[in-house]
Amino acid sequence: MLVAVVASIALLVTEHQNSQLGGVRTTLSIFVDPLKYLVSLPNTVLDHLSDSVVTYQALKTENDRLREEQLVHQTRMLKFAALEKENIRLRALLENSFKLGEQVLVAELLSVNMAPYEHIVVVNKGTRFGVHPQQPVLDANGVVGQVFRALPFTSEIMLITDPNHAIPVQVNRNGLLTIAVGSGQLNRLILPFLPSNADIRPGDLLITSGLGGTFPQGYPVAVVDEFTAQPNKAFATITATPKASLDRNRELMIVWSKSVPVPLIAKPESEEGTPDAVK
Amino acid sequence: MPLNNTIGFFRILLTLILAMCLRIVPLSDDLALLNPDWVLLVLIYWSLYLPDRVGIFHAWIFGLFTDVLLGRMLGQYALAYSIIIFVCLKFHKRLRQFPLLQQGLFIFFCLLLSQLLLFFIKNLQHPAQLHASFWLPVFTGTLIWPFVYGVLSFVSLFRRIK
Repeated sequence: MLVAVVASIALLVTEHQNSQLGGVRTTLSIFVDPLKYLVSLPNTVLDHLSDSVVTYQALKTENDRLREEQLVHQTRMLKFAALEKENIRLRALLENSFKLGEQVLVAELLSVNMAPYEHIVVVNKGTRFGVHPQQPVLDANGVVGQVFRALPFTSEIMLITDPNHAIPVQVNRNGLLTIAVGSGQLNRLILPFLPSNADIRPGDLLITSGLGGTFPQGYPVAVVDEFTAQPNKAFATITATPKASLDRNRELMIVWSKSVPVPLIAKPESEEGTPDAVK
Repeated sequence: MPLNNTIGFFRILLTLILAMCLRIVPLSDDLALLNPDWVLLVLIYWSLYLPDRVGIFHAWIFGLFTDVLLGRMLGQYALAYSIIIFVCLKFHKRLRQFPLLQQGLFIFFCLLLSQLLLFFIKNLQHPAQLHASFWLPVFTGTLIWPFVYGVLSFVSLFRRIK
């Protein structure tokens, strides 16, 4: 009894001081992770069944729709390529550096329920695929969250709406920087740090600002849906709705962003130390 | 009830694995708040009826597994489970004679104690707000105890009947 209690308390203390217990957790997770797959098996089977038992007509309509979408996206990409080139050129004029693109890995959600008060989901890709903690996770519409803990076969992803999560954002319209904090509800983010006279309106798009280094810059996060200025308080009450459909999607994208910016113009050796002086 | 040595280790293991699956089964948000601590209920049953098979060590190991399964800090379920199983082992002779209602009361306090311990550890980690629904699994766990009791006594008697 005493041994068990002392051992657990020792574990708790070492983990709290955030030392290297990852090895223990990884080893134990090899036994436990199959259970997660087992529990989500019925859902996976159902999904596969509903995928394979579809009428020809339905498949055809979906195919048509997808082809149309593909066309639209392709045209948009054409423009995007031109814009990207232009952006690089303009940045080169400013002697600024340009960030390289990102690499993504598609991961599928496992339908398990970890803790009712935390917005943490489990996906089927882990360290065996090179996933590591603090990687940003996206879906087709926007930012979903970040990798919270990576285990060999699964990884845990904290959604942006988790009460313990905060994401640095900027207003797309005017570049106003702030932080969006999770509210604990799946359809709401809170922006607690803006004064009542801030230039922000309902309908404004919030994108990642790239500050903090976890999330790459420029991905859509949420749309502001309410702005209430409170004259007697220092900060306004602002809420936003996440762009990503957090409760619906089954496929997520885990992103590797190249965090080292690549300079476009090879600078002389002497200026290497003070790149900011040029700006 | 005599201690039945024929009950396989695998049967106990299987029930515990099933309990761990039930712990993470996907439910709607409202039902997830009610999901009781299945692993603890199963551990309590086995420690009451097979105290020579399931001891504090097993409780500790399965607590550790639960920690990893639920992504908690390592050791918090291990601590809670080993303390509760210690209490159960201490009183198992008396508890086995109790009628179901009195047993239910005991289970209620066990689950309450476990939830309290978990809350204390969570609070030490970082001060947390406490939802009233945090205590709901204690009540549902107590209500579900007769069911667990029935199923597990069927499991433990299964081979003896044959």
